[in-house]
Amino acid sequence: MSNHHIALAVNGKPVEADVESRLLLVHFLREQLNLTGTHIGCDTGHCGACTVDMNDMSIKSCMCFAVQADGAQITTIEGIAHADGTLSAVQEGFRLMHGLQCGYCTPGMILRAARLLMENPDPTEEEIRQGVSGNLCRCTGYMNIVKAIQYAAAKLHETPLVEAAQ
Amino acid sequence: MIPGAFDYHRPTSVNEAALLLRQLGEDARPLAGGHSLIALMKLRLAMPEHLVDLSGVDGLKGVRREGDDLVIGAMTTQHDIIHDAMLAESLPILRETANQIADPQVRYRGTIGGNVANGDPGNDMPAVMQCLDARFRIASPDGEREISARDFYHGAFDTELHRGDIVTEIRIKAPPRGHGYAYEKMKRKTGDYATAAAAVILTLEGGRCARASVALTNVADTPLWAEEASKILAGSDLGKETLDRAAAAAEAITNPASDLHGPAEFRAKMAGVMLRRAVMRAQARAKA
Repeated sequence: MSNHHIALAVNGKPVEADVESRLLLVHFLREQLNLTGTHIGCDTGHCGACTVDMNDMSIKSCMCFAVQADGAQITTIEGIAHADGTLSAVQEGFRLMHGLQCGYCTPGMILRAARLLMENPDPTEEEIRQGVSGNLCRCTGYMNIVKAIQYAAAKLHETPLVEAAQ
Repeated sequence: MIPGAFDYHRPTSVNEAALLLRQLGEDARPLAGGHSLIALMKLRLAMPEHLVDLSGVDGLKGVRREGDDLVIGAMTTQHDIIHDAMLAESLPILRETANQIADPQVRYRGTIGGNVANGDPGNDMPAVMQCLDARFRIASPDGEREISARDFYHGAFDTELHRGDIVTEIRIKAPPRGHGYAYEKMKRKTGDYATAAAAVILTLEGGRCARASVALTNVADTPLWAEEASKILAGSDLGKETLDRAAAAAEAITNPASDLHGPAEFRAKMAGVMLRRAVMRAQARAKA
């Protein structure tokens, strides 16, 4: 067993910590940083509830050790709203289009959708469905999740510079 | 789920990594994308005492051309492969395959080196590498060597790799311009391992198949290069009778397990079906 000093940025804030090598990133975020918006679902890398953004990639934080995030830039659901606290386009889409019921998958869905739209600002329905295929939702049947992401895509087109920077 | 305790190492060169793996012995594992290894560690089906993280090793990422070869660094991710313009033009079967592996999050992290080196019969790239007659470049403290993908796999999780070996790159002689290609994968759901899958590369000349190569995924404890089926297709008109014979030859070399993907007989039959579909799609894509 080894311990490691890590330094990273979480939601734009610098964080330093000493972590045991086997500590998973999701446990680090939830239990050491108290960022409990990132959920643990299946804990086997399938469901995507633990999705966060790391170095411009959507990753499953239950399949990554905290020590692997040394030097990384991480965004969690707590960091996805605008600086003034208003909802981002993706959050607004999920709210207005009823893209959630129980809400358990939602943080992961929103993080994934935000990254998807940064890579592909004008996705087809098929591309949206493929894009969130690593995120399972057992409530909605995905219809309204697709609509939520379509809403966000349309909204981002209206104000591309401000929103795309988020 | 919390994995067993281990020491974490992050070497910065191939030499350093290979020496570490050699010195630390059987209880050390290289770590690439981690989506096979960390999952096993959480279930405590794997309890390595040392992880040697290859993410900080210089020079293992990226795609380049060297003469007739396309060279892909082992730590190049599936996401990188999907978005690489050179591969899209010269080896589009890699994008087609990578897009059928797992899901977007896994593809950001999962590497082509990990996919081919792990020896998991469910992985998709090994059969594609056999289809393309790829070579794996392997570094060790004793020096470097190259092994054909067709000679690399001995059994489930049993490959040519020994302690201290690291797959550093994959070398593929690009098929001719205008070649046809397809990776047809039957799976129960998005992101799943194949029930059966077939990779096909072929070239057409005057409407007939000049050359063909076929390989199969997850219908034996190793990927299978279907040599006999490839020979049947080459020189043929790719008509129904040829496809029947090629499919039968491919099915004959399979030895799938009966498991959640279906009974063995079904999976063997599906290998033939995937072969037919892959050949037809490759033919439609090929320029005569």
